Amino acid sequence: MNPQQVLGRFRATGLETSFHGRHIGAQILDGLDGGNWRLKDYEARGGYQALRKILGVDGSEGMTPDQVIAAVKESALRGRGGAGFPTGLKWSFMPRQFPGQKYLVCNSDEGEPGTCKDRDILQFNPHIVIEGMIIAAYAMGITVGYNYIHGEIFQTYERFEEALREARAAGLLGDRILGSTLNFQLHAAHGFGAYICGEETALLESLEGKKGQPRFKPPFPASFGLYGKPTTVNNTETFAAVPWIIRNGAQAYLQCGKPNNGGTKIYSVSGDVERPGNYEIPMGTPFSVLLELAGGVRTGRKLKAVIPGGSSAPVLPASIMMECTMDYDSIAKAGSMLGSGAVIVMDDSRCMVKSLQRLSYFYMHESCGQCTPCREGTGWLSRVVDRIENGQGRQSDMDLLDNVAENIQGRTICALGDAAAMPVRAMIKHFRPEFEYHVANKTCMVPAYV
Amino acid sequence: MIEIELDGKKVEVLEGSMVMHAAEKIGTFIPHFCYHKKLSIAANCRMCLVDVEKAPKPMPACATPVTQGMVVRTRSDKAVKAQKSVMEFLLINHPLDCPICDQGGECQLQDLSVGYGGTNSRYQEEKRVVFHKEVGPLISMEEMSRCIHCTRCVRFGQEVAGAMELGMSNRGEHAEIETFVGRSVDSELSGNMIDLCPVGALTSKPFRYSARTWELSRRKSISPHDSTGANLIIQVKNHRVMRVVPMENESVNECWIADRDRFSYEALNSDERLPSPMLKQGGAWKAVDWTTALEYVANGLRQVKAEHGAEAIGLLASPHSTIEELYLAGVLMKGFGSQNIDYRLRNAEFPNEAGVRYLGMSIASLSDLQSVLVVGSNLRKDHPLFAQRIRQAARKGCSVNSLQDRPMDWAMPVANSLVGDPSVWVQALADVAAAVAQEKGVPCPVHGTASEGAKAIARSMLGGERKAVLLGNAAAHHARASSLLALANWIGEQTGASVGYLTEAANTVGAQLAGAKPGPGGLNASQMLGGSLKAAVLLNCEPGLDTAAGRNGGPGLRAAEMVVSLSPFKANMDIADVMLPIAPFTETSGTFVNAEGRVQSFHAVVKALGDSRPAWKVLRVLGDLLEVDGVEFESSREVLAALPALLMDEAGATVRTGLLDNRTQAAVDFTPAECAPVVASIYQLDGLVRRAPSLQLTADGRLGFAAQEVAA
Repeated sequence: MNPQQVLGRFRATGLETSFHGRHIGAQILDGLDGGNWRLKDYEARGGYQALRKILGVDGSEGMTPDQVIAAVKESALRGRGGAGFPTGLKWSFMPRQFPGQKYLVCNSDEGEPGTCKDRDILQFNPHIVIEGMIIAAYAMGITVGYNYIHGEIFQTYERFEEALREARAAGLLGDRILGSTLNFQLHAAHGFGAYICGEETALLESLEGKKGQPRFKPPFPASFGLYGKPTTVNNTETFAAVPWIIRNGAQAYLQCGKPNNGGTKIYSVSGDVERPGNYEIPMGTPFSVLLELAGGVRTGRKLKAVIPGGSSAPVLPASIMMECTMDYDSIAKAGSMLGSGAVIVMDDSRCMVKSLQRLSYFYMHESCGQCTPCREGTGWLSRVVDRIENGQGRQSDMDLLDNVAENIQGRTICALGDAAAMPVRAMIKHFRPEFEYHVANKTCMVPAYV
Repeated sequence: MIEIELDGKKVEVLEGSMVMHAAEKIGTFIPHFCYHKKLSIAANCRMCLVDVEKAPKPMPACATPVTQGMVVRTRSDKAVKAQKSVMEFLLINHPLDCPICDQGGECQLQDLSVGYGGTNSRYQEEKRVVFHKEVGPLISMEEMSRCIHCTRCVRFGQEVAGAMELGMSNRGEHAEIETFVGRSVDSELSGNMIDLCPVGALTSKPFRYSARTWELSRRKSISPHDSTGANLIIQVKNHRVMRVVPMENESVNECWIADRDRFSYEALNSDERLPSPMLKQGGAWKAVDWTTALEYVANGLRQVKAEHGAEAIGLLASPHSTIEELYLAGVLMKGFGSQNIDYRLRNAEFPNEAGVRYLGMSIASLSDLQSVLVVGSNLRKDHPLFAQRIRQAARKGCSVNSLQDRPMDWAMPVANSLVGDPSVWVQALADVAAAVAQEKGVPCPVHGTASEGAKAIARSMLGGERKAVLLGNAAAHHARASSLLALANWIGEQTGASVGYLTEAANTVGAQLAGAKPGPGGLNASQMLGGSLKAAVLLNCEPGLDTAAGRNGGPGLRAAEMVVSLSPFKANMDIADVMLPIAPFTETSGTFVNAEGRVQSFHAVVKALGDSRPAWKVLRVLGDLLEVDGVEFESSREVLAALPALLMDEAGATVRTGLLDNRTQAAVDFTPAECAPVVASIYQLDGLVRRAPSLQLTADGRLGFAAQEVAA
C-alpha cells in the first residue's frame, strides 16, 4: 500500500475512521453512522438530557454549579488535548465572583500529526460538544464561549456552525436556555492552520486576531485569558465527555476507566496497521487490544515502535509498548505520554532516521519563532537529522542531537520546544544503532522505504 | 514586601516583582537581552534563566514572580548551563561580523558572549540570511541577520511610541523584524529603538561607519530643542560631535530622547555653519575679524541711537538661547537705553504679567495623571517626550481630553476631543467651563453652552485625583492667549486640576526668568517685526522662519538701517548687514530652564568651530564697546550667579520661590481672534533641527518643509 492509499482511507468520510463498529463501550462515538449528526438524532440518542438534568427542567431537582464541578472532579476526567490535566480541578480555578466577562473556549485546533479525533467528533456528533460546553459554562458561570476550529477542516467548521444554528433555534443556546435563567452564547471561529495555535495561549492570541504566539505563563488563562479575562480552555473531546458523566454519574464514568483515569478515550490509530481510524475504548485497555481492533500490524510485518500520543510524544519500542495499557499513568511510566491519543504504529519496514527527519522538519516548520531555543534549535535538529539521512552524518551527531534537544527541553515559553526535543531524544535513546548504521553505511538499516 | 534569597543574599522586594527586579536591587547582574525595565516583559530571549529551588526547570528571572522564601541561584551549574545553551542558540545563526559591525564595542551580545559563548561553534550548517530593510533616514536595518528577535523595538513601538511600526512577521526561523509592507518608521521617538537594540541590527543611519564607540569621549549636555530639557550624552571625537544618546534622568526624560534631540547634531557639522564674522559690503559678504565686526556693530548702534534714539533699536532673541545669553542681551539693550527686547517670537498676544509661565507641575507627574485636558497642542509632535509620559498615563487609564483645530493622531487613546477653528477656542473653553459649572452646580463666570462634548470633558476632569489642564504652543501663541489661560485657571480651580503651559522651547521659562521681555514702553516682538526698528539685533533667530510674522518677518526688518545676526549659521543673509558666528549649545557653556522650572547647566563639549564665540562673550564684549554697565563677567557661571531670578548654591541653581506662577488677572475676551496661532512643525522648531539633513528627510521633516513652502 502506498502513502496515497493510506491517506485515501483517512478521508473524513467517517466510514473507515469512525464507523467500523469496533469501539469498546463507546460514549462519544456511540451510535453514529455519519448521517445522524443533527439535533433530532442527538436527542434521540439521549442528547441534551444532561443539560435538562442540571437545569432541573426535566422535573428533577437540578444541580448547582458546585455539584457539576464536583461530579466532574469525581469522574477523574482528564484533559483530552494532550496534557491530561484534571478537568474538574481546572474548572474550579475559575474565579466565581469575577465582576466582568468570563470566557469558555473549546480547543478544536487539532494539529498534532496523527490526531483526527476532534474532527470526527465535530463532524459526526457536534451537539455533544455544544452540550458539554453549555454544562461547563453553567458550572463556571460563563456566558460567552468560542469553539476555535482547526483551519484545515473547513467542512467541519461549517458543520459545527449548522449545529449551532439548530441549537439556537431550539433554545439551547442564547438567553434563558430552555426557559431557565442560564444565558450562554457560543460562537465558532476557525484558525488558519498553524500548529502552534493549538497551544492554549497562542490560541487565545489568535482568537483575539493577533499573531498566534504563546504567552508566558503565569498568568494562566484562568486569571488572564481571552481579552485579558478569566478563561477556561478545554479540548473538544473533554467537553464531549461531560454530558455522559452528568447523565450516568461520575462513579459510572470512573468505573469504565482506571483510578485517576476515568472514562473512555478516542485513539486515532495510524501508520502501519490494517485498519487505521478512531477507536473509542475505556481508559486502561491494553495496547495489544487496541492494536487488534485496528486490525493488527500490516500483514507480514512485525511491530517495531509506537508513538503513543501524537508526534510530540517520545517513541516507544514494541517490547515496551506491548506491555502498556492505554491510559495516562501507564504510558507515562513507560517513558512517553498519552498526549492527544494519536497512536502512530511503525512496523519493521520503517527507517527511524527517515521518520525523525519528517518529525523534526515539522517542528522546525511550526516553531513560532518567539523564543530562542525553539526558534534556533528546531532548525539545528532538523538540519543535523537531514544530514544523517542524506549520508553526510558523523558519529558524533547522535550526541550532538541529544545535547541540542536537551538544551531546548524545558527552556522555552511553551511546550513546543519540549515537543520538538522529546522525539529526538527518544529516537536516539531507543534506536541509536540505526542512526550509527546510517552514518557508517550512508544508507538505511531497514529495506527501502515503502 | 517579600523576602527572597538570591545567591545567598537576602533581598526584600515588593509583591508582584520579578526575580530580575530583586537582582537589580542588590546589584546582581543576570544576563538578558529582551528584558528592559521600561518595556513589558516578553521572556523570549531566555538568556536570564536562573535556578529556582524546587523548580524542576530553570526559570526566566525576568518573568518569574517572587514568592516568600524563594531561593534563587543565578550562578549555579544549572543556571549557567542553561544560560550558555541559550547563548549557543543565539550565536548559531548570528553572522559574528563584529569587526565590521557598528555595534561592536557596545553590543550586549558581544559582551555576554565573552562570558557565556563557546570558543568555537558546534553548528556547521549554513547560517540564516535575513534581507535588509529600508525604513527611512534615521534607522539603518541593513544587517538584519544580526537580529536576535528580542522584540524590544516592537514593544517600544507598541508601548512607548504608541504606534506599532515594527513587527515580527513570519514564523520560526523565518521570523523577521520589519515594517508592515515596507513602510518607513516615522515615529518622532524612533531613534530610541537604536539604543534599545542589543545587537547591531538597528543602527543609526547618520552615524554609521563614522567612528568606533571606544574612540568617542562621552560628555553630558542638555537638549536645546523642546521644553523637556532632555539630558544628553554627546559623544565626540577630534572636537567633532559624532553622536548623541540619552543620559538617563528618571525625572526628566527617563531613558528616552526625541529624534530631534538625537539627530540635530548633524547641523553642527554642516556647511551652513558660519566660520567667521562677515560684513555685507556693496551687496557682497566679506569675512572680517572679530574686532572689525564688533567695532562696526558698535558704531552702527551708536549712530542709530544718535539719529533715531535708542528706542529705534531692538533685539529679538530665540527662546532656544541660554539663560546667560538672554540675560546679557537684556542688560545690553536696557543699558544702552532701549527697552525693546523680546523672546516671544511666535506669540500673537503680549500681556504684561509678572508670573513666569511654566508647566504648573513636575514633568514626572505627567506620567501619573488620571485626567488631562490639553488645549491647542499637537502634543505628540510639539512635545514628544511629554506626549510619551501622558501616553503612559493613558495606558494606566488616564482620560485624555483635547481642544484642537484639526483631528490629530497622538498615538494614544483620546477620550474626548473638541475640534474647532482657533478663532472659537475661547468660546469652546468657556463651554467646558459652563459644563463644569453645571456638573458642580456652581455659577459660571463666563457665558458658555454646556454642549455634549464639553460635558464629557467636564465629567472626565471632575473624576480622578491627579489631573491637569495643559496649554500647548497654539494656546500660548494664540491671539486670545490670556483669555484661554484665565478660563483654564477657572476650570483648574473648580476641578482641582493643575494648570500650566507646555512651553515651546528649551528655555522659554528661562527667557522669562532672564527678563528677555520689553521693559516699560518697549516694543514687543510683533511690533519690532512690524517695521518700527532702525537697528535690529537677532540673537539666534531667523525672523522669516522663527516668528509669527513668518515670511513677512524679513521684510519688516528690511526698513532697518542695520541688522545684526548672531547665529551659528549663515542665517538671515538676505536682511542682515553683519553676521556674527556664535557657538551652538555644544560649543558653549550655558543653562536652560525647562518647562517645570528645572535649572540645568551644561559645559561646552567641543571647542568652537572656526572663529565662533559663545554668544555670552560676544554680548559682553559688545557691552564693553557700548560702555554698558553690568556686563563684566568672566564666565557663564558668573552670569548665572548674577541672575536675580535664580538662587545659587553648591548643588547648582534653582528658581527663586514664587516666581513660577500661572495665575492671571486677564478678563475673558470673546471677540474671535483675527489670526490663527503660529506653531512650528516638529523639524522646523529652531535653526539647528532645520539644518539637520536626516531629520528633514523624515516624513515629518518633508511635511514641515512643504508647509513652509506653502506659507511662502
